[in-house]
Amino acid sequence: MLLTIQSLTKTFPGTKALDGVNFDLSAGEVHALLGENGAGKSTLIKCLTGAYRRDEGEMHLDGRLISPTSTSEAQELGIGTVYQEVNLLPNLTVAQNLTFGREPRRFGLINSRAQKLAALEMLQGYGLDIDVGRDLSSYSVAIQQIIAIARAVAVSGKVLILDEPTASLDAAEVRMLFDVVRNLRDRGLGIVFVSHFLDQVFELTDRLTVLRNGQHVVTEQTAGLDRLQLIHHMLGRDLEAVEEQGHTGHAPIVERPAMLHFTGIGRAGVIEPFDLTVHEGEVIGFAGLLGSGRTESAELLFGLRRAQTGEARDQSGPISIETPQSAIAAGFGFAPEDRKTDGIVAELSIRENIILALQAQRGWARPLPRAEQDRLAADYIKRLDIRTSDAEKAIGDLSGGNQQKVVLARWLAMNPRFLILDEPTRGIDVGAHAEILKLIDRLTEDGMAVLIISSELDELVVAADRIIVVRDRRHVSELTGSAVTSDTIMQAIAAEDHAPAQEVAR
Amino acid sequence: MIRSLRRVAPQLMTLVVLAALVSWFFPSFLQIDMSDGRLVGPVIDILKRGAPVAILAVGMTLVVATGGIDLSVGTVMAITGAVAASALVSGWGVPVALILAVGAGMIAGLWNGCLVAVLGIQPIVATLILMTAGRGIAQLITEGRILTYSDTGFGFLGSGSILGIPVPALLWVLTGVLVALLMRRTALGLLVEAVGVNKRASALAGVNARGLIIVVYMASGLCAALAGIIATADIRGADANNAGLWLELDAILAVVIGGNSLLGGRFSIAASVLGAMIIQTIDTGILLAGFPSEYNLVIKAVLVLAILMIQSPHLASEWALIRMQIARRRAAREQEV
Repeated sequence: MLLTIQSLTKTFPGTKALDGVNFDLSAGEVHALLGENGAGKSTLIKCLTGAYRRDEGEMHLDGRLISPTSTSEAQELGIGTVYQEVNLLPNLTVAQNLTFGREPRRFGLINSRAQKLAALEMLQGYGLDIDVGRDLSSYSVAIQQIIAIARAVAVSGKVLILDEPTASLDAAEVRMLFDVVRNLRDRGLGIVFVSHFLDQVFELTDRLTVLRNGQHVVTEQTAGLDRLQLIHHMLGRDLEAVEEQGHTGHAPIVERPAMLHFTGIGRAGVIEPFDLTVHEGEVIGFAGLLGSGRTESAELLFGLRRAQTGEARDQSGPISIETPQSAIAAGFGFAPEDRKTDGIVAELSIRENIILALQAQRGWARPLPRAEQDRLAADYIKRLDIRTSDAEKAIGDLSGGNQQKVVLARWLAMNPRFLILDEPTRGIDVGAHAEILKLIDRLTEDGMAVLIISSELDELVVAADRIIVVRDRRHVSELTGSAVTSDTIMQAIAAEDHAPAQEVAR
Repeated sequence: MIRSLRRVAPQLMTLVVLAALVSWFFPSFLQIDMSDGRLVGPVIDILKRGAPVAILAVGMTLVVATGGIDLSVGTVMAITGAVAASALVSGWGVPVALILAVGAGMIAGLWNGCLVAVLGIQPIVATLILMTAGRGIAQLITEGRILTYSDTGFGFLGSGSILGIPVPALLWVLTGVLVALLMRRTALGLLVEAVGVNKRASALAGVNARGLIIVVYMASGLCAALAGIIATADIRGADANNAGLWLELDAILAVVIGGNSLLGGRFSIAASVLGAMIIQTIDTGILLAGFPSEYNLVIKAVLVLAILMIQSPHLASEWALIRMQIARRRAAREQEV
């Protein structure tokens, strides 16, 4: 084996990002590293490239124990990385980029002719016919990507990590890149390929490893797996036991009055127009892989992105969902996926975070009396069991699960009629996880409708009355009643294009 | 109350230390006399001369709290001063002159706010535009001359006094108190801080981040107009080239000495105006202490650096580390003995 990683563990405050993960890579193979957001892929790569120090475990390269402390040390050891956003200097020439830090010199000055020759030599075998004297930025992202690979191979030359290299490439460029990768594999490099595009994984890779919630799930020959099995591994079924206790016993949807109608909501390049009817007290689930358009759908519903087409109505007439403010005025709430950047206001206290949306709605001139603020904060800290010593503590100091509860409290304080929860249980511990699912159940009893977006199918199965499956930026199917199981959802997600799995949503 | 006192304690302590330092060189520094029904003395002089920067610092604090910065305030002082002076020269009277000047300041703020909030231009670049272009505008208004007027009513705002206290000193205290009350007695303060800490999350919670950002730049323009009026009233004329020159930097410095983070978030107006007084105390103190004038800027720089070093969170942790190491070494030595 070229590279072996044994029981790698990395802990961050509140979460175990990697928990005893094993991974190996042999020379001359392309090895896919797969998993949803938060599975631990980037933590693994960062430990490997020296950006993070591991807490436990061993990493061997060519049989030697390695512990890189910086990316440059990892490069010298032989581990090169190419990221989605090319880490080169666009305002320098191709030759300068390729020889950066190792420029050929004469009398202490850079010998630009030798530099160009060296650059051309490095690019040999990559099938590029470009002028190395031109600025890097004058070439397409695909070519910049290949130049970055050439540089990484020349500098490091043993292990090449490609982190989402194809995310911004078109089909022809992907083919060009894949030719380069295959060529390098044949030259004996070990290549780690991180991607969300399963087609590309099946096309390019020899083996694959799936991580989930910081744990190693499986390592398999790619050819020995089909799409369904792979998705099964990626999404997992952690809540199997809960599921077996039976469905949470919501009344059938037909008995409940419809509350909101969305028709033809869509935006070019984001999500195809879709219809959605929300009933009182209903839990709707959006299922789909990362990048399928599930989050984007919710963002359109909340006005976080403006819909180009479609309209929203309730019983009393049309409602505006053009901006979050108007959506909130219509009684919507939205707990976003990325809690840190979109949810919490880290420096402010728990109390201030809880009252923020309520205060924003009342307007600046009508401040919520301090006694009322304290009462709300104390009330929700108790009701949601937020673990904190004090409501005045900065929310940034809380653990992920407690931060999520504060964000939930912010919306519950508004008493919304339609609450959107994007990955409400991501990155939080198991206990808080169950509590939040229970909370959702309680809320709908009072008539609030909830929309959950989740990568964890079992969570959806437990919580949702019906599931809308999103694939390739389209709402492709809807599952209700007994059809809601992990397997049917998985099949709907994995179904090939042009072959709608179940009844199509619109 | 106790909490806000604790917040401004470093600034108050700095003022006390500076006062002691200046008194050492110039013993009658703290002496205040009564003459012609006016209070006179170095301290009163500081309260009066510090007025423009203190008022600018009030507006700047709000802008900085949203994570922005307003480089144009010095120039806006020149514009509003020119507007007021030309209105007076035209014989339109004091009320019209004041309204026009304040209006000009708020329009300047609206311009900055729109560049930042609507077009999404980085604040430092957006306000740089008016910082450079604004002096030209002021020169156009004064037609390139120093515009002098002879209205004693307007001059009162710069050199008059009420109950013996100079009017500019009263104006900055009043501005600071009013704005601080407006921020803390309404929800504006909280919303501004929320936008400054995390604009995306705040907007997602329904906070009108764009509107708030425009409002804080307009508040800064309004403060600059007030400062411009005081400066114009003080010298009985408008000098488009020199009015408010470099004062934006003093205002930013006052905000920083006030312990407000330039990254936005929590803010204290009281601490900022104390910061302005610290700067003015340094300026006046150096003159009183009798150093040759060529030393002034260097001494000021050294003092400011010292103040900021004491406040530096990095250094605080370094010092804690050094202290720990010394303690550990001492313990080790004692063990050897």
